[in-house]
Amino acid sequence: MSLLEVRNVKKYFPVGSGLFSRRKGEVKAVDGVDFTVEEGETLGLVGESGCGKSTLGRTILRLIEPTEGEIVFHGKNLLSLSPREIRDMRREMQIIFQDPYASLNPRMRVGDIVGEGLEIHKLATGKKKRDRVIELLNQVGLREDHYGRYPHEFSGGQRQRIGIARALAVNPKFIVADEPVSSLDVSVQAQIINLLQELQEKMHLTYFFISHDLRVVEHISHRVAIMYLGKIVEIAPSETIYRDAKHPYTRALLSAVPVPDPGHKKERMILQGDVPSPVNPPTGCSFHPRCPYREDVCDKVEPQLEFTTDGHGVSCHVFGPGKRV
Amino acid sequence: MRAVDGVSFNIGEGKTLGLVGESGCGKSVTALSIMRLVPSPPGKIVGGEILYRGQDILKLNGAAMRKIRGNEISMIFQEPMTSLNPVFTIGNQIGEAIHLHQGLGKRETREKTIEMLRLVKIADPESRVDDYPHQLSGGMRQRVMIAMALSCKPSLLIADEPTTALDVTIQAQILELIKELQERLGMSLLLITHDLGVVAEQADEVAIMYAGKIVERTQTKAIFNRPLHPYTVGLLNSLPGAGVKKKKRLEAIAGVVPSLLDLPSGCRFRDRCPKAAGICAEAEPELVEKEQDHWVACYFPG
Repeated sequence: MSLLEVRNVKKYFPVGSGLFSRRKGEVKAVDGVDFTVEEGETLGLVGESGCGKSTLGRTILRLIEPTEGEIVFHGKNLLSLSPREIRDMRREMQIIFQDPYASLNPRMRVGDIVGEGLEIHKLATGKKKRDRVIELLNQVGLREDHYGRYPHEFSGGQRQRIGIARALAVNPKFIVADEPVSSLDVSVQAQIINLLQELQEKMHLTYFFISHDLRVVEHISHRVAIMYLGKIVEIAPSETIYRDAKHPYTRALLSAVPVPDPGHKKERMILQGDVPSPVNPPTGCSFHPRCPYREDVCDKVEPQLEFTTDGHGVSCHVFGPGKRV
Repeated sequence: MRAVDGVSFNIGEGKTLGLVGESGCGKSVTALSIMRLVPSPPGKIVGGEILYRGQDILKLNGAAMRKIRGNEISMIFQEPMTSLNPVFTIGNQIGEAIHLHQGLGKRETREKTIEMLRLVKIADPESRVDDYPHQLSGGMRQRVMIAMALSCKPSLLIADEPTTALDVTIQAQILELIKELQERLGMSLLLITHDLGVVAEQADEVAIMYAGKIVERTQTKAIFNRPLHPYTVGLLNSLPGAGVKKKKRLEAIAGVVPSLLDLPSGCRFRDRCPKAAGICAEAEPELVEKEQDHWVACYFPG
């Protein structure tokens, strides 16, 4: 059984539904997503800004209520749980946020930030809590004397370590990491990526790793899903995605990444135009207006994610499994 | 605080210099100094010279500098969202520089503006010219910024992290556009970035900056094939994924960038450097030509 199973999850946000205005439409932030996450693996989720990847990450934890669909964690459907049950469930599922400057309460001491979860879940208090927090701080590469300090005294990388310690406090199994290294400089970014990998091995964690950086995702993930306009267009083991991508969007995305090697020559596939608005996504395949390989069927019929036997899923009329090539 | 501390480099005509460094290392202040846009007070250029076509622009008066700024030396900024004025149409904003520097009338200015929008490949420029910035996407706003910067056909363009705020597919579009326009107009480019991938693809020469100083400078190929400064080596090793061989663990540089108010004695990198020895704490290494056309500021290069 998979640790997490996401079935046909949708999240629509209403547009223009202010107090006095009528509802004008919906932003289809997440529009029918299916995937599973196995225990101990890292599933990377890649997409450009506005594709719905953060919304999906938060929906999985029920920090955002989905419009439709099922989220099964450890055999339990999260959407049928009561608020009390969901709170207990959150001990198992934690999140690390992108912005280490905005995600730590500036008026709380580091020890209280990291230890808050322990108190809420009644896991430890007093001296026991303090010991546990110090153990966590050491685990993420911080020192005991950081316990009584405030977030503003720390650099971006150190703050991200505090965020990680906070997530680990309740001994979770599953962590959603939403762009955890995007705001960090490369030299510090490498420290945090290494830390996440070490912790995964030591504590047998499962990660759902959201990022727009294909190089980071390649490094850390066992499998990778590519998201475009609220849908997963391709999902496969990491080596397969980077060696043998099928979907034109995935290929364009990969070819757009600048390679730090001046001798490297490659065909760059430059996409025309911008990502369309999710309020009014294109008919058929949502990628068709920018796709250089589009055929007649593409603006009429929506392609489905179809899998080959080795677990490579592609949602494309032209390059999907059993199709041309 | 010395944000930029004794930085020297030159850019040949039609060439691209990539200036690389992490946040707070002084790359942007270097650029603003060249444009003479460092707010004063509190900022001050305390020494050095900036020679543009052999003339020291630090000695120019305000009026003479205004003739160069935006006309011969132009700049694009990182944030396309905040560097456009939200209450003017983009035509208005591009037209301002054209009108000021070229003294064209209203009609000609508008025509020239539309021509610039076409140059940066904005679809349907005749109607887009009357749009306000909020009506455009991030990539289009950056195109507008480029149109504005190029409207007077500058000989030097300073691009400060021009694609950092953009998605990779849009970044590829913009970099391609800059390259194409650079060839067409024969201008020089100072490309400021933290992304070594972007530098590898765009630049002829690279300067690596650390805590306000240039620590290594050479041809782009040499930086990647034979980096000499331990910081450059560390930066390259800490890159994950593509191109580089897949490693189990990334080789991170230990520690953090020091505060410019509290720099270590001697070499600024020594606290984080695997090669640091006694001499490194005593005196700051000079930028010297270690190999032909390969400058490095380190006692133990290579």
